[in-house]
Amino acid sequence: MGIVSGAVSLGLLWAVMTIGVFISYRILDIADLTVEGSIAMGAAIAAREIAAGGNPYMATLLALLGGMAAGLCTGLLQTRLKIPPLLSGILVMIALWSVNLRIMGKSNISLLRMKTVYTVFESMGLSGTASIIVLGLLCVFLLISVLYWFFGTEVGSAIRATGSNPHMARAQGINTDTVTCLGLLISNGLVAASGALIAQSQSYADVQMGTGAIVIGLASVIIGEVLFRGKNFYTRLISLALGAITYRLIIALVLKLGMPANDLKLFTAVTVAVALSLPTFLQRYHQSQKSHGGVE
Amino acid sequence: MLSVDGIYKTFNPGTINEKVALRNICAELPEGDFVTLIGGNGAGKSTFLNAVAGVYGVDHGSIRIDGMDVTRLPEYKRAAVLGRVFQDPMMGTAANMEIGENLALASRRGEHRGLKWGITRRERETYRQLLRELELGLEDRMTVKVGLLSGGQRQALALLMATLKKPKVLLLDEHTAALDPRTAEKVLEISEQLISANHLTTLMVTHNMRDAIRHGNRLIMMHEGQIILDIKGAEKKNLTVEDLLERFGKVSGEEFANDRALLS
Repeated sequence: MGIVSGAVSLGLLWAVMTIGVFISYRILDIADLTVEGSIAMGAAIAAREIAAGGNPYMATLLALLGGMAAGLCTGLLQTRLKIPPLLSGILVMIALWSVNLRIMGKSNISLLRMKTVYTVFESMGLSGTASIIVLGLLCVFLLISVLYWFFGTEVGSAIRATGSNPHMARAQGINTDTVTCLGLLISNGLVAASGALIAQSQSYADVQMGTGAIVIGLASVIIGEVLFRGKNFYTRLISLALGAITYRLIIALVLKLGMPANDLKLFTAVTVAVALSLPTFLQRYHQSQKSHGGVE
Repeated sequence: MLSVDGIYKTFNPGTINEKVALRNICAELPEGDFVTLIGGNGAGKSTFLNAVAGVYGVDHGSIRIDGMDVTRLPEYKRAAVLGRVFQDPMMGTAANMEIGENLALASRRGEHRGLKWGITRRERETYRQLLRELELGLEDRMTVKVGLLSGGQRQALALLMATLKKPKVLLLDEHTAALDPRTAEKVLEISEQLISANHLTTLMVTHNMRDAIRHGNRLIMMHEGQIILDIKGAEKKNLTVEDLLERFGKVSGEEFANDRALLS
């Protein structure tokens, strides 16, 4: 039971990041590697602020803003300097490694016994894990509501149109450069906020915590889409949160079954590769079924 | 309404792939003109249209729409006064979005997009009416994703989107070329309807000589990046495919090189 609630609490915090990845990967149709840097950046900013005695909510907000700035950088590299999206993300990700070390002044900061965003809930008598679940649920619910509204507005529609078909978007008078930057900014802001929440939940921030984050985000997006198939935009967003939680449950399960923790990244990568190639395999399978039918 | 003055466009200048696509194109389209634009392979028809639309800048010359110089304006800003339908049915609509949402995007062409709803209930009613007039049964499928529509349905929708907010100039770039003959006929019919109902200044590229003769009040023929024929009025009305081929031969000294145009 402890393992499950731990996985759920962690999943809820990663759900915020998963929704951020969804915005770049699915809505804008960009595989944005900036997230590897921006999640650690969020953790770094929040940890530095909190360790210096700052307000944890303010620290999380600052993390969000830092992530937005990182996303904007990637967006500008892509649109103004015409650097391919994948490479733009890699450049900012690498740059953020140094930036994050500068922010923290060292490679990790401990937040043990410091006031975090969860402290309020703990003082109300909740356990550490329960506090994380309560705040995580609040954040995810609020986020899904706001994004559901936002992507239904004129600007939100413009972002969706740009991701779906940039030619059409420009022909309809949409400044595709601006809305791409806006989308990446929102996406990385959420990823950084998620990093801040994760760092506070585990009581430390580490410059390495972003490594492999994009794959975890993609795995959560895909698991959510495959298992919970949301029909409209609202249920799609909910399915992302469920995907992030499911991913954490799967990881907890395989660890419980005795998989060495060092193999986790390999396991996640293989899972994502299989999930991404599934449509191709299914198509081939259907085609071969069809051709057999023809012979008979 | 559209005034093009001496535009030149060269692709890949200074390289082995250098291609002069437009040479000194001058054209004046008064309001309400419906021009069909025809020419052989690589004559520069689509380049001309894309230059007007701002897909790429021109090397020389100027483009004015309704008196406003748009030569240096980026594509998305020119879109405020232009309606466009592309050859590829995939290109004119957003496949992942609903029919209604696509129309709503088009109705905001050239306007500031803020935090108001992307589509309102009242708009849906208006769009339903307009879709009904297309007679394709789309009015009952407003929330269907455009990706599920056929090529013909998508082109019809793209036409409606291009004219929803009355453009100063409508640009049709071989918009029926990817469709089967019957569907192409239907889409041309819808085009004709929308153009005459809204009294639109139109530039329609086509590879089909008969379509070029049958539609519009004026025909422009291009060859190797230049305008070589400009036929209007009664002369245009009495034109035949044979006339056109003969006149092309006289002006260019070559045979018309577009198999698609001759076979269809």
